[in-house]
Amino acid sequence: MGLFTELKDSISRVTERLFSEQEPKRIGIYGPPNAGKTTLANRIARDWTGDAIGTESRVPHETRRARRKEGIEIERDGKTVTIDIVDTPGVTTKVDYEEFMDDMEEDDAIRRSREATEGVAEAMHWLREDVDGVIYVLDSAVDPITQVNTMLIGIIESRDLPVLIFANKIDLDESSVKRIEDAFPQHTTVPLSAKEGDNMDEVYDSIAEYFG
Amino acid sequence: MPKATNTDDLDGPDGVQIDLISSERMDGMATMEKIRMILDGVHEGNIVILEEGLTPDEESRLIEVTMSEISPDEFNGIEIETYPKSETRDSSLLGRLIGSGGSTAKLTVIGPANQIKTLHKDETLISALVSRN
Repeated sequence: MGLFTELKDSISRVTERLFSEQEPKRIGIYGPPNAGKTTLANRIARDWTGDAIGTESRVPHETRRARRKEGIEIERDGKTVTIDIVDTPGVTTKVDYEEFMDDMEEDDAIRRSREATEGVAEAMHWLREDVDGVIYVLDSAVDPITQVNTMLIGIIESRDLPVLIFANKIDLDESSVKRIEDAFPQHTTVPLSAKEGDNMDEVYDSIAEYFG
Repeated sequence: MPKATNTDDLDGPDGVQIDLISSERMDGMATMEKIRMILDGVHEGNIVILEEGLTPDEESRLIEVTMSEISPDEFNGIEIETYPKSETRDSSLLGRLIGSGGSTAKLTVIGPANQIKTLHKDETLISALVSRN
């Protein structure tokens, strides 16, 4: 291939990248452990591709590595929004293997805690380097004002990433969406139950609006 | 570095060392130097109080490095609480303790997770219950 042809191809590739409206946005799903991130990621992936992303569990840190589902095409009002979903481990500042020992033997608990710590480190790295927007998932039955939530939202804001807060588990009696709205009034909060599939239309409308 | 207490001076293993780190000390440090200083202190069982806190990017890296250093039965992470600028209404206490009296953009308390039993804050107070083991 001649120099001129190579140059022309290179310019063409750059132009395509700059002006492509279909370039998928990489959306990280973040939040504390057990907020329902994987359940939501699976719900979105199943609704639009038919496949799940990962295993859901009541045991904290079931998701121990960031997992990505590429090319999820969400149709809203005749327009298609394409996103890559990155399901991340629950972010925390501490991991104690003894907390896993109710459900498993010591060796397995130690292995799980090691994997969990690697996963959290990886999630932080993704946040700094590799995501274009964030879905922050909170359990609406739990007080959202924790240091980790405040810190993570602050980190996300400092990177100027678009962020949607999803108040999950509204099917639970103790759920309070207002508590989350009051805690983070600077962001849009969308109530949902990823487990039951409640309010998913508004979820997809919001994703299309924020990340499309 | 000013210290409120020092285990070496307390004649026994029950003391808890508190490192109050001034903004001046942090000013010239690179991100990893700050994180290393904090985690070295926490690994030794100390409570580290930062007059200026950390930037969001530094907080992100602190979590990442903390995760890489967690090991079974030795170190299981950190507890951390911060007062952002808007909530730091009274800087006089730390100002007096640290001798600077300057503005406190952020006040951050960090300690070892296995020793801090409760760490919470209300509108004007960060409160920590530290075990002596």
